[in-house]
Amino acid sequence: MRGDYETVIGLEVHVELATKTKIFCGCSTAFGGEPNSHTCPVCTGMPGALPVLNRQVLEYAVAVGLATGCEITRDSKFDRKNYFYPDNPQNYQISQLYLPICRNGKVEIETGSGKKFVGIHEIHMEEDAGKLIHDERFQCSLVDHNRSGVPLIEIVSEPDMRSAEEVIAYLEKLRMLIRYLGASDCKLQEGSMRADVNLSVREAGKEELGTRTEMKNLNSFRAIIHAVENERERQIGLLAEGNSVVSETRRWDENKGCSYAMRSKEDARDYRYFPDPDLMPVHVSEEMLGEILAKQPEFRTEKIERFKREYDIPEYDIDIITESKQMADLFEETAALGGQPKKVSNWLMGETLRLLKERNMDAEDIRFSPGHLAALLSLVESKAITGSVAKEVFEKMFEEDVDPEVYVEERGLKTVYDEGRLREAVEKVLEENPRSAADYKGGKQRAIGFLVGQTMKAMKGKADPEQVNRMLREMLG
Amino acid sequence: MSILDCTALELARKIKAGQYTAIEAMEAVFERIGEKEEEYHCYITADKKSALERAAGVQKKIEAGELRGPLAGVPAAVKDNLCTKGMLTSCASKMLWNFVPSYSATAVENLERAGAVMIGKTNMDEFAMGSTTETSCHGVTRNPADPEHVPGGSSGGSAAAVALSECFMALGSDTGGSIRQPASHCGVVGLKPTYGTVSRYGLVAYASSLDQIGTLTKDVADGACLLEAVASYDQKDSTSVPEAARDFSEALREDVTGMRIGIPKDYFGEGLDQDVRCAVLAAAETLKKAGAAVEEFDLGMVQYAVPAYYTIATAEASSNLERFDGIKYGYRAEKVKDLHDMYKRTRSEGFGAEVKRRIMLGSFVLSSGYYDAYYLKALRTKALIKRAFDQAFEKYDLILGPVAPSTAPKLGESLSDPLKMYLGDIYTIAVNLAGLPGISVPCGKDKSGLPIGLQLIGDCFAEKKLIRAAYTYEKRKGLVAP
Repeated sequence: MRGDYETVIGLEVHVELATKTKIFCGCSTAFGGEPNSHTCPVCTGMPGALPVLNRQVLEYAVAVGLATGCEITRDSKFDRKNYFYPDNPQNYQISQLYLPICRNGKVEIETGSGKKFVGIHEIHMEEDAGKLIHDERFQCSLVDHNRSGVPLIEIVSEPDMRSAEEVIAYLEKLRMLIRYLGASDCKLQEGSMRADVNLSVREAGKEELGTRTEMKNLNSFRAIIHAVENERERQIGLLAEGNSVVSETRRWDENKGCSYAMRSKEDARDYRYFPDPDLMPVHVSEEMLGEILAKQPEFRTEKIERFKREYDIPEYDIDIITESKQMADLFEETAALGGQPKKVSNWLMGETLRLLKERNMDAEDIRFSPGHLAALLSLVESKAITGSVAKEVFEKMFEEDVDPEVYVEERGLKTVYDEGRLREAVEKVLEENPRSAADYKGGKQRAIGFLVGQTMKAMKGKADPEQVNRMLREMLG
Repeated sequence: MSILDCTALELARKIKAGQYTAIEAMEAVFERIGEKEEEYHCYITADKKSALERAAGVQKKIEAGELRGPLAGVPAAVKDNLCTKGMLTSCASKMLWNFVPSYSATAVENLERAGAVMIGKTNMDEFAMGSTTETSCHGVTRNPADPEHVPGGSSGGSAAAVALSECFMALGSDTGGSIRQPASHCGVVGLKPTYGTVSRYGLVAYASSLDQIGTLTKDVADGACLLEAVASYDQKDSTSVPEAARDFSEALREDVTGMRIGIPKDYFGEGLDQDVRCAVLAAAETLKKAGAAVEEFDLGMVQYAVPAYYTIATAEASSNLERFDGIKYGYRAEKVKDLHDMYKRTRSEGFGAEVKRRIMLGSFVLSSGYYDAYYLKALRTKALIKRAFDQAFEKYDLILGPVAPSTAPKLGESLSDPLKMYLGDIYTIAVNLAGLPGISVPCGKDKSGLPIGLQLIGDCFAEKKLIRAAYTYEKRKGLVAP
């Protein structure tokens, strides 16, 4: 009876922080770049080099801790995790084991079955490793240290989740909070957010936890859902047949839809953790904590409530607009400039989301300014341009943040209200479409639509369709 | 008086006065190296051509008035565990036999900024692990007072080079006595400042929480000035202390009036050589006559220093030395089967016996299940030792004692009994555990003519008191019959 098992899931989430420089040296964290071009003696593990903590890393870690209801460790420490691997230039990773920066937090998640809290066991700061590139042609491996020392926080949850749905809700919540803080872009596909799933099953009603496995290589929400479901079934299958679950690390293969054992936890390496003597204990002063608290943004829940009070737009819109801080800010700033909240919302919900989706971008990637969007809205409102022209201008604005007024002016996109020029266009359309003209005269009202369309086309969209309609009726009537 | 008889400060004054040039000083040094190096072997790297080029560059700057400091133009030696851009930095290990750093240690940069001219790199115990300079993969350095004896270690090359005038001054590093002990054995002045005074950036780490760069010089004044030149607050070293006073030459005054000096009884117990005891107590008498208040007291905790030190130092070393894996630089074993085999063989072949012993010891004390019993206990012991010193410094300005239980042992004697060698560090290592400054000043010779050192220990950042007392002693010692 498979339904009689409960799934227990805890997550270890690695988030790459959006600092400009690495955690222990001044090298750039920029993605890409020639191999080993963003390196120095510190992040390549040269003899004699020493780490110095990037203060921004600490601030981000504390900000995430505060956003997830954690206690902030006022005097935390860095520890060395010792293991040999070629992507690890010092052969130890600087991390936090004994005194992590944040502990005992919780976040609220909402799923189809209601709201619940997921506990955060701890958040610690650590450095990323380099990248190994295996060269088949020359039968050798190369190391790129550009990523060595990129700052990470690891968010370790309590085993509080019971389904894939809860896992996704938890991850989405973390992602939303961290993006609101600007601490990371949290992209699973690009690896700036990585989640390892610890999962066990137990007979329903039992207190004791079952033996768990840890699943790695989960690069999308979809992979996480598949892996959770697959692992649950695999473990239940083992137990149902009287076998036991082996405590081990497994690797998910999304293409094949199954996982493989990587290494057993039984022969787990001894990392010989000890406090890093090169780094001083990290003190978070009252003053620093106050500064970080003061900088915390208004998070989504509060924002939704405020938007409901302050803006006359549908709750559905508010829900979507507040999914990212960038979008919500853009909305507010544009509305403040133009004063038409519903119209602003329409542009964000419509064209903006459409283009984001089409280009596989996030709201964080939006480049156009609220001033330009407000200007575009006012061009439409004053009927200086038509709706179709507005869409064209918007697309240009979305791509290059052009000033819509200048763009419209330069390209001559303003709606033509000049009777003489319109009449010329209408006359030409009637000349070219005698059948339709005759149809209309013969009583087919529908033909007028076609003729309006043709005229608009001839005017390259820069005419007021109502005016064209009126003129056609006059001329045919 | 030959140019080589000058102290560093005297030489710099004469260069400034136009009596000598930095080039002449360097030529004299290399002439001495030519005479002595084959027998004593102080250097791992000493290239005359490039050293003379550096000297010529400095001389030009001195003449142009760009370099006016008290050490401008003085040839200096640097221990081989300090990174020197473009110059071999081997730590006396096969593991780094070909390692040429892309950057210089902050202390080396400071040394060069002060106008000192680097001669080359001095011999040492491999990765600074040892008390005799015998664990060097480049061969032993011999004691200038008697070549059948060791010069002490690990900065044995630096100490012997100063004693032999193969340099005018030298940098060393001190993790458990590695400056003070060879200074004592070679009859020169060794000054180890408070932890955090000199940047460790570019010092190849042995035990990060104990390592500190210091000086080996002909006299106390040279030591104070050289330390002043190399000490700096450095943002690249998180353990560097911003507020430390670094104007050490200020303290070169002959005055110990009213200074309270404590002599720990625990330092004069069993195992201390009779000649050493007499010389050190005579030195105390000299300071007393000069106006200091000297008395005996119980320091306590002394017997725990050696085990605590070898637990903490080896634990840190086991991790610090992990980066030597054959992948990025240095030695790599040939014809390896796979990655694991490469690591194993590279490290088995690249490290010497003493280094491997300490890596194994350190790995063991950090192992899961043993961490609390050894490493944590050692950290607690360290804190208690610091407290014992704190209490002593409530009563005394300085602590006085021997540097080592005996004078320099014979070559080969120590390595056959490592435990005995470790116990030889008993008077020096507590100073590192507590992060204190210490100085070794020559205070006589034993029956066989081997030098004896007097150790003065100060409270954290009390270098100036230390220097003042050492300077006073040095000036007065000739005046009192031992």
